[in-house]
Formats: sequence, structure tokens, C-alpha cells
Amino acid sequence: MDRRKFLSAGGVSLTAVFLAACGLDRSERSQKLLDLAERKNEGVERTLYRHASMDHAKSSAKLAGMAFPSYFVSQTVPVWDERVRGPWALEVSGLVQRPMRFSLEDLRRLPMRRQRVNHYCVEGWNAVAIWEGVRLSDLARVVGVKSDSGYVDFQSFDDNYHESWDIESAMHPQTLVAYGMDDHMLGMAHGAPARVHSPVKLGYKNTKYLTKIVFLPQRNGGYWSDQGYEWYGGT
Amino acid sequence: MVGSGLRIFNAYPAFARKGEQFCCWPWEHKPIPNALTFGGWLGGARHWHFGLMWVLVVNGLVYLAFIYLHGEWRDLVPRRGDARDALEMIRFYLFVRPSHPMQGKHNAMQKTTYFLLPILAIVQVLTGLAIWKPVQLAWLTALFGGFVWARYWHFMTMVALIVLSFAHIFMVFAVDPYSIQSMVTGGYREDLSPEARNARPFYHLLPRWRNRAAEGE
Repeated sequence: MDRRKFLSAGGVSLTAVFLAACGLDRSERSQKLLDLAERKNEGVERTLYRHASMDHAKSSAKLAGMAFPSYFVSQTVPVWDERVRGPWALEVSGLVQRPMRFSLEDLRRLPMRRQRVNHYCVEGWNAVAIWEGVRLSDLARVVGVKSDSGYVDFQSFDDNYHESWDIESAMHPQTLVAYGMDDHMLGMAHGAPARVHSPVKLGYKNTKYLTKIVFLPQRNGGYWSDQGYEWYGGT
Repeated sequence: MVGSGLRIFNAYPAFARKGEQFCCWPWEHKPIPNALTFGGWLGGARHWHFGLMWVLVVNGLVYLAFIYLHGEWRDLVPRRGDARDALEMIRFYLFVRPSHPMQGKHNAMQKTTYFLLPILAIVQVLTGLAIWKPVQLAWLTALFGGFVWARYWHFMTMVALIVLSFAHIFMVFAVDPYSIQSMVTGGYREDLSPEARNARPFYHLLPRWRNRAAEGE
């Protein structure tokens, strides 16, 4: 390529960049390119993913405690009302050999995992807490997840909030169905009676107020990922 | 990249881990004016940021390959005496020293800037990876002092890149406007260089009469 060709090609591409920057940040054409980038980035992230990569909160880091933010999408804090809905139970179903319902006591009888880890929010903050719960991989073994299940949907009683994950991240040793936080019962603001918690996904992927875990052959979007946040949301 | 990054920053315009204070940023929880941001909203800005990052990386690799293959990196590496030469440039610009210091292709301050820019860009990419993948690339995040510090260095490196870039563009117009022509068409007339014109910012922008006389005008 000689200098003249290089310059004209450069000029054309520069013009394209300026046009793209002039308020077209929500145009359809740029959206297509961004969707492509998101798909490619998901590929990169899934290639980088390792079960053995662990999150360790810095030993000098303080527990967030009361400063741990608590988001939900309902008008008011979602509370499981036993008089209306009967006793709470976690339903594990989909591509499993033995669909089951677990009461909180059932979950507590399974091997307990306690971990002090980061919570990474899509907004850019992180917060340290101690989580107690059952490894999702242990639950998966109890119900016998079938091999053709590639995705997991975590559903809640916080309106229609749910988020689906790739099964690899769900089976990460630090992915918990958590019922305890900072050595207390999980509080109402933080997703009681049980929630998903894992440092390997951004906060919005960690469904609170958990009701159902469904193993699926394909992804099933999610509350925030359907509104334009990345579906993968891995850390 | 900067605009979408600032939009992302505005979703949590602070560095402190929740429940802690952050030592080294006086404007905690003060957002950047929206006019300086790009992407419309947090999710949109994230898509732009994670899309454009590949343009930045490819562009950077092409640049590094080019200056390596053409040997032009030799004009940029720091050499003994650079600090002294840079000090002489400052003395010249402050009218303490009457004549422009002798220089090679670039003056010492300029050379240091061009040497720092690619290094800062590499730091920018690495700190970006560190806060994008703080668990899968935990070793990288730890290298920068953990998530909070990696995010801080990502921000501060951006500030440094902007300061150096604007200083560079300012100096092009203020001392060496003739270089714009050589950026576009190639070639460089040594008799128009700042050294030949004894040029300080906004001083001696025109070619010296002496040089013109020598050319027989």
C-alpha cells in the first residue's frame, strides 16, 4: 500500500469514526457491531474461565456490613409470606434425574461452605462479605444434572427477576446457594431466605430471593441482561 | 474509550470498597459532567468500552510492530543525559537560556513523552483487564494492588494519557506547526525545525531571516 492509498483509506476510516461518534451511540448499525463485540468477548471470557481461579478478598479489607448495598426490583423489600404462599422451598428442576424441593433445613443439612469473598457490582464497586451456603455443584450432584444441560436459570420471588448462567460458572466451587451472611441468617434486604452468591459473576447475575433453579439446554436471558447489560457478566 | 469509561465511572464515581474510605481521591462520589461521557447509560457505555478496547489493542500492536520493524524505537528509548537535556529545554522555554539546546529527532522532553505514551497505554490495557476479570485474572489484579487499586490506576493512567496527549497537540501548534505538513505528506524540512528557528511556544514561529537569506531569497 503506498502513502496515497494509505492516506485515503485512513481518511475514510477516520470519517467513519467521527460519524459514529456524532450522537450515533445508539444507532442500529453501531448496535450490530457492539452485539458482535459482546459475542466475541463472551467467547474470550469463556476461554479464560477456569474452575481453579478463585476470588480471595484482601486480608486487609473490611467487611462491608451495613454498607453492603441491597437492590431489588419490586416496589418494596420482597418478603416470603408463609401464610399466603406456604412454606418456602427451593425447587431444583429441568434437565435433572431427580427434580427436588429443598426446605431451608434441607439446605442446611447439606455440606456447608463458608467463604469471605468479594462481590463485584456492574457499577464498579466491590464489597467484602462472609457467605455461608451450599455449593451449587453439591446441589447439582444431589439432583443428578444431565450432561446435556449447558445453562442454569436462577429464578426468584422478587417480581419476575431471574438470571441465567452458563453451567461452567454455576459449577464454580465459589458459587453458592447462600443462606448466611457475615455469620448471621441472610437478611431480608440481601435475598432471604436464600440467594445465589458467587464472585465469578457480576452482582446482577446473583439472583436473590431464590425460588427455582432450572437446568436448561439453552440460555434464558435474565432481568438485567434482557435490558441490555451483558448476558455473560463474568469476572 | 475515555467517554465511555467516564460514563461507567459515573455509575459509582468513587474508589472506596463498600464500608471503607479511600485515601487518594479528593472527589469521592462526585460524578463527571455527563457532557464528557459517551454511551448514554451504564450498559451502553460498557458495550462501547468493551468493543472499542479491541480497536485500541490492535492499533497499539500495529504501532509497536511498526516502530520495532522500522527501528524507530531507537529515537524514543531513554538515554543518559536525557534528564539534563530536558532541564535545558525547560530553561530555554523559560528564557533563562537564549539558544535552543542541540537535539536529535526529538527534544528530550518530547522524547520522554513519546516513550511514556505507549507504556502508559500498555498499563491502561493491563489495568483494564484486571478490573474486567478480577477473578479469572486474579494474579493480574493482585499485581496492581487488588480491584480497588487497579480501578484507581486505570483511572489515573487515563488522566496521564489525556494530559500528555493534550500537551503534545498543544506543542504541535505552539512550537512546531510545520510538523503537521510532514505528518500528512512525510518529509521534514530541517530549516523549519524548532531548533533551527530557535522557537519557544508561540515565539519564532516564522522561519529565520538568516535561513531565508542563506537559501538566496
